[in-house]
Amino acid sequence: MEFSQQQHYSPQTPAQASVSRVMLNVILALIPGIAVYIHYFGWGVLVNIVLASIIALLAEGLILAIRRRPVVTTLLDGSALLTAILLALALPSHTAWWVTAVGIIFAIIIAKQLYGGLGLNPFNPAMTGYVVLLISFPLEMTRWNPPLELAEQSMNLLEAFRYSFTGFLPQRMDVDMISLATPLDLARGRLDMGFNLSVIKSEYSIFSNLSGKGTEWINIAFLGGGLWLLYRRLIDWRIPAGLLSSMLLISAVFWLINSELYLSPVFHMFAGATMLGAFFIATDPVTASTTPVGRLIFGAGCGLIIYIIRSWGGYPDGVAFAVLLMNLSAPLIDHFSQPRITGYRGRNS
Amino acid sequence: MSNLYKFPGGIKLPGHKAMSTSQPIRKAPIPDRLFVPLRQHIGSAAECIVEKGQRVLKGQMIGRVSDYVAAPVHAPSSGTVIDIQKFPAAHASSLPSDVIIIEPDGKDEWIENEPIADITELDQSELRNMIRIAGIVGLGGAAFPTFIKLNPAGHQISKLILNGAECEPYISCDDMLMRERPHEIIDGAKIMRHALNAEQVIIAIEDNKPEAISSLQSLADEYDWLDIQGIPVIYPTGGERQLIKVLTGRDVPSQGLPLDLDMVVSNVATAAAVHHAIDHQQPLISRIITVTGSGVRSPQNFEALIGTPMSDLIELAGGYTEDADRLVVGGPMMGITLKTDATPVVKASNCLLVQTPGDHAGEAIIRPCIRCGECVKVCPVKLLPQQLYWFSQAKYLDDLQSHNLFDCIECGCCTVVCPSHIPLVQYFRFGKSEIWKKQQETLKADRARERAEAKTVRLERIKAEKKAQHAARAKKTAAGKDRKKEIEAAVARTKAKKADNTGSTENVTDNA
Repeated sequence: MEFSQQQHYSPQTPAQASVSRVMLNVILALIPGIAVYIHYFGWGVLVNIVLASIIALLAEGLILAIRRRPVVTTLLDGSALLTAILLALALPSHTAWWVTAVGIIFAIIIAKQLYGGLGLNPFNPAMTGYVVLLISFPLEMTRWNPPLELAEQSMNLLEAFRYSFTGFLPQRMDVDMISLATPLDLARGRLDMGFNLSVIKSEYSIFSNLSGKGTEWINIAFLGGGLWLLYRRLIDWRIPAGLLSSMLLISAVFWLINSELYLSPVFHMFAGATMLGAFFIATDPVTASTTPVGRLIFGAGCGLIIYIIRSWGGYPDGVAFAVLLMNLSAPLIDHFSQPRITGYRGRNS
Repeated sequence: MSNLYKFPGGIKLPGHKAMSTSQPIRKAPIPDRLFVPLRQHIGSAAECIVEKGQRVLKGQMIGRVSDYVAAPVHAPSSGTVIDIQKFPAAHASSLPSDVIIIEPDGKDEWIENEPIADITELDQSELRNMIRIAGIVGLGGAAFPTFIKLNPAGHQISKLILNGAECEPYISCDDMLMRERPHEIIDGAKIMRHALNAEQVIIAIEDNKPEAISSLQSLADEYDWLDIQGIPVIYPTGGERQLIKVLTGRDVPSQGLPLDLDMVVSNVATAAAVHHAIDHQQPLISRIITVTGSGVRSPQNFEALIGTPMSDLIELAGGYTEDADRLVVGGPMMGITLKTDATPVVKASNCLLVQTPGDHAGEAIIRPCIRCGECVKVCPVKLLPQQLYWFSQAKYLDDLQSHNLFDCIECGCCTVVCPSHIPLVQYFRFGKSEIWKKQQETLKADRARERAEAKTVRLERIKAEKKAQHAARAKKTAAGKDRKKEIEAAVARTKAKKADNTGSTENVTDNA
């Protein structure tokens, strides 16, 4: 019997994994965090996610069509969707539609597709989009609404959509209700004014046992999702381990020096985007370091920079900048952290 | 039981072994035609020493060798040589090689041979020579001439490791051999141990073959130099380097051999072949081959003559199922696909795997590398497959070499776990061949340059020589002119004399 005259190459086994499945699982792992986020900060979070996702898929589809790449199969890899969700999660809950649009279009078209698409972008697209927004629209990007338990009024889903598209608040609300600082931001601002942490925390009801009201639970939920990804072996443990341990270490050192001037390690762990960053953003394999040791270094570098920006920088959180700066260093880290190959003593070759 | 170690990486694969182990090894009948390739091993091809129409006996040498790295081939049965032709070989290159076609006469008549009474009487180099003449090569798949491996080359061999790991899915020929014919392996081990002067022999078997382990264990107790060692089931633990790591914790140096650690690794089936060659004076003319996969109706193991067409074995195994669509020789991880089942069984054919669409990746969508690093985790050599992939794509040959591409054993683990379904191993083979090509070109260019330089030197030398000659000639001519004057002077003098003596002057001048 004759068989296909085409050359087939070993291994001749069915594939064990697929990119789409990996992306889908990461999105699934985000769901508990998203749910808690919506629970504490309202429907605006969902509005952001839906908007960003739709625009991301349209933008990616458009560029793929222009580049004459298969549109549907590529969109099905799920990477554009994941980028959209991550960017949306970084935005304040009630963000105008055009801000979201500018961010996600920049992320997909400039940060990802212009570099050649999935796998070829040197910078994390979601974080690139976020940083563009942070620099371009600082006012819009620092207007946070309080956790619902502290809010006098909040928007329902329809009102959240309407606000995003038209900027009209419901009659019962005014703009001050959605232009507050985050716990991290508040602590920094008041510290800079010379207050002690114990005073600041007693003054504002937004602080809680671990960090901020709502924020702590969101972080715990993302931590849970991240642990599930680790358990499923869909992400490498080294990046989150490096990030969290370096952050824990440096924050502990300063906190032990002066606990009135420096936020506690626990606060840092559960504030801002720590867990989202550690398990979902810094772990983007495309832009992170790839060697085992390199990943530890990459994670540790992220943790360090996040702490530095939070403590002495000019922005409320540092995850995006930290990840981008480490993206920049990843090729160098990879170069110097090649594992020792079996059969060689000391250095390779 | 000694301490075991772990090699880096590796993957757990579904074994699919049971489907071919329910029936005992079946002796395949002599086929209508035997197709015996002259190259069935690593090294240079054997040279045909029979002619068309010649009658050959079973076990008669039909291809001899003169090079060191080579193995002779023998007639698998008695019959007539009907043709010598080129056929595509069961090799990744599919390059045609000379094949001797024999029409068996059915008598299966052996060439005369004298059994040897006591092998310990034999000189070790004599033993190696006998193994060489018997055409024995490694039966695990690589087909490296065994007599070379059995040369300790000045090393005091501490361990001879007989590899019965059989870590590739589906293959069960070594398993069945160990179950049914353990004494052949142990007798072979005795001979190989003698040839190497090895202290200890370890037969290493993956723990998923308890019958094979107990079958060998029951015979092993009477030899204090022999250990039967079960090892964890993880692919590719049957790789020579990986097996040594598991058993001893030591790394074979890159570019080195197990011999550098005073060890030799050989396959269990090779040991059995050595036993046949020495104890029964039978050259390597048959082997056990697994015919299996979801594409064949009755998977089982055959003892088949070398040269039997694969199609005969498929028929004996009940034929193809309707959806059989791919034929692989070797296992699914490292085997190669065949375009036709007319290909004959050769010494290296351990398995014939018939696949159906669900068994292989098919036409999977290849996505871009997302640098997830799964390939790094599973690489048993601790290479960085994704870096190598980028470098292969870009043809950065220097980077490929500095990232140790040539340490890649092509086990396929990286490809299996790749979520983007990139055929990584294929890229690495491509990279290796590009480097080889470049080295050949550099060599050629070097030679051309040397030739060009030599030519310039030669031309200059010739020029210089010519110049020198020229100068010499010029000098000579100049000297000649002087002589002319002298002659003229002499003539003048003579004339003067002759004039004085009143003789004829004409003749004298002419003769001068």
